This record gives sequence, C-alpha cells and structure tokens, in this order.
Amino acid sequence: MILNVTTPDGECHALEALEGWRVMEVIRDWGLPIVAECGGACACATCHVYVDEAWLDKLPPRSEEEEEKLDEAFDVRDNSRLSCQILMSDSLDGLHVTIAPVAR
Amino acid sequence: MSPDAATDKTFLTADGTGPHATDVTIIGAGPCGLFAVFELGLLDLKCHLVDILDRPGGQCAELYPEKPIYDIPAVPVCTGQELTDRLMEQIAPFDPVFHLSQMAEKLEKLEDGTWRLTTDTGTVIDSKVIVIAAGGGSFVPKKPPIPGIDAYEGTSVFYAVRKMDQFRGKNLIIAGGGDSALDWTLNLQPLAESVTLVHRRDDFRAAPDSVNKMRALVAERKMTLEIAQIAGLEGENGQLTGVVFKDKERGEWTVPCDTLLPFYGLTMKLGPVAEFGLNLEQNLIPVDTEKFETSTPGIFAIGDINTYPGKLKLILSGFHEAALMSQAAVRIVHPDKKIRFQYTTSSTDLQQKLGVA
Repeated sequence: MILNVTTPDGECHALEALEGWRVMEVIRDWGLPIVAECGGACACATCHVYVDEAWLDKLPPRSEEEEEKLDEAFDVRDNSRLSCQILMSDSLDGLHVTIAPVAR
Repeated sequence: MSPDAATDKTFLTADGTGPHATDVTIIGAGPCGLFAVFELGLLDLKCHLVDILDRPGGQCAELYPEKPIYDIPAVPVCTGQELTDRLMEQIAPFDPVFHLSQMAEKLEKLEDGTWRLTTDTGTVIDSKVIVIAAGGGSFVPKKPPIPGIDAYEGTSVFYAVRKMDQFRGKNLIIAGGGDSALDWTLNLQPLAESVTLVHRRDDFRAAPDSVNKMRALVAERKMTLEIAQIAGLEGENGQLTGVVFKDKERGEWTVPCDTLLPFYGLTMKLGPVAEFGLNLEQNLIPVDTEKFETSTPGIFAIGDINTYPGKLKLILSGFHEAALMSQAAVRIVHPDKKIRFQYTTSSTDLQQKLGVA
C-alpha cells in the first residue's frame, strides 16, 4: 500500500507502506524529515501532519489524548493529526498527508 | 546539602555553586543516568548529576510519567514515574547529589587531568570521569514556527519567565493551554497592563483550579481569552506591536501587544554538549561497545545519546551500558586499585554498601 507524503519543501513522495505501521513510522523509515521525538507515545506533538481533506472521513477520530497533545502543536487545523496515532490499513491505501511546520 | 523540600523527596540537592568535588559527574538524570549511580556506587564511586528538569526521571518524568512501560526485564509493567521512583529508591544508598533545573554548559580539563563542568547557573563540579546520559538532549521550550519570530526573541518574545518584574506594565499575549500558560497568566495578570491568553480551543489541559481562576478573571474583565491561533507577528526592530490571530469564523485580526509568551511544551535539543569537542554523528555520540567511552578518554556516553553498530534506543540497553561503563570508570578514578567483580546476591561487601547487611 502507498502513503503519499508532502514534505515542508513542497515535494510529494509516494512511500510504500505496510499494514499496521504508524504513518509516522513509515515517514521516518523512508528518511523523510519528521521529528517524532517521543517515538510514537502521543507525548510530544512533533509528528504533526495535515491530512488531505479527501481522506478525513476514513480516519478514526482523534482520541482525547491526541486532542490534548495537539495543543502543543502549531497552526492546528481541522485536518491536523499526530501521525503516530494513525495506523496504515487497506482502507488507507493512498492516504495523503502533509508534514506540518515544526517547532524549533 | 539539603533534602529537596519542593518535591517532598528525600534525595540530595546541592547547596551553592561549588566547586564540588566528586568521582563521576553524570549529565542527565534520566533512567540511564540514575542506574549509572547504582553501578558506579557498587564500585565505591560517588556521583553528582546535572539535569535541566526540576526533578529526576528525564523523558520518563517529562514525556510519559503516566504511560506504561512493558519491556523492563522482570517488571511486566510500570509507568515512567514508577520506574523513576524505583530507580531513586535503588540508588538512595549511594547518596547521589542532584543539580536540577540547570544545563551542563562548559567542560574543561584542568592541569591535573580533572574535568571541570560548569552549568548555566554557575555550578562547578570537578571529577575524574564524565558520563553523558543526556538522552535526546536538554528539554527546552518549543519555539513555534511563526515567520520572523527570531527577530523578537529576547526582546519581545520570551519562552520562560525568569523575573516576573520584567513584565510589569506590559501588554502581554500568552499562548498555550497547559499549566505553564495558565500559571503565568495568573501570576503576571496583577503586574501587567493587560493580559490576553490565546489558545486553539476552549478546553484546557492545565489544572482545573487554574482554569477556573483564569475564567473568573475573564468574567471580571481583568483579562481577555481568545480562542484562536497565532498567524503572524507585527512590529519592527525587535519590538513587537501586535500579534495576528486567526480562526475560521473571524478570519485574521491583530491584537496590539508589546510582549508574547508562547508556551507550547518542551522539545529536546542537544545543546552545549555539542560544543564539548566530542565526535558527533547526527547529533549522537559514537562510543565503543567495551567501555562506552567517547572519542575523548574519561568521557563516556550511555543511553539514547550514544550510537554504535546495532544500537537500540531502549532503557535496558542503557542499563547494560551503565554497567560496562562503570568498570572502565573505576579504573580511571582508581588506576592502581585491583577491581574485584562481585555479585550483590553473595557479596557481603556489596550488601553493606546497599545497607542490607
């Protein structure tokens, strides 16, 4: 399955992904720039992405924990997600996300 | 030396800036730094620890105190805080001394070969061995990616409050929804000319009591709450004149102010350790896997901060590294001493050090 990722420089990358991998893990595994400093514990908000509008309905909603952690992200939008909280699955084959600007 | 009253813990925090003399200085009081105190202590080495956080535990205390950890050998589950508490209990017999809320800033070698570490608050610690157990680096405030914000940092934009009086009579905008944002809103509101708290949603993760107090101030018109996000900054020559807010309904608008305090949580930065003259590979410190020593003799690196072929960033790897590092460290501190390898199970000597025999 494919995960489409737009990096902050505007480049779009089609990444081969595996079922059950976190979107953050796929991005990191391919060496694209994502900080993800807590390693997927929903504890740092440094894997913030914007999900392409067409895919929003297919994602499970934000958990309360993710909602709270998004308070530490910047420019949070309706389509903002922490990419460590989205697991790849058949229904997300082709998912498109854009890596959000990250705090320094 | 005095027990740390603020956190009601019985560990030692240092009085004064020193110079303190010890055997080993450990940079970072996360799980690996704490366990290093144990392994070094069994070899009769005394330790001082430096950490930027105001309490021990590192990421376990700051990032996931409540989250379960399942891969500590023989502990099927414990939280980050529980792991920290147990390590503190385990190392208590060795009386480690903590220098908290400060960053290891400068490392120099004295003429007799002693390392002198100086922190950003002026503490000086002398020791024969340095152990860098700094994890992902120092926890420092996140700087939000607002275009042009750099130009205002230190003059109009502050990520921490050192002296409250600095903000007397100012028109403040405080951003965030956690305890830092709420605490500073409440503390600075009586001093400031005006305070506007901006947060992305009308829901706060800060302590409910603080949130209630903030809402009461808003009701009394003593401050303003804006549910919005920051879109930009206005001003010139480092002096802020306004912050641009935005939300979906109202679009963008400018709120006049002279000072912005963004509180978006913490992030990890390697910081001054990068200037210690060590080899670095992608912000990690390469070490050998016999001693976990860096490119500089007498300086070791353990835990998430180091790298070597096959490295896994696991707490248990850091524990192993601490044990092997300690064997090398004792040979530096006591070069002429014959080192005996002993088990805590059977050694009366070790059991006496642990206070159980």
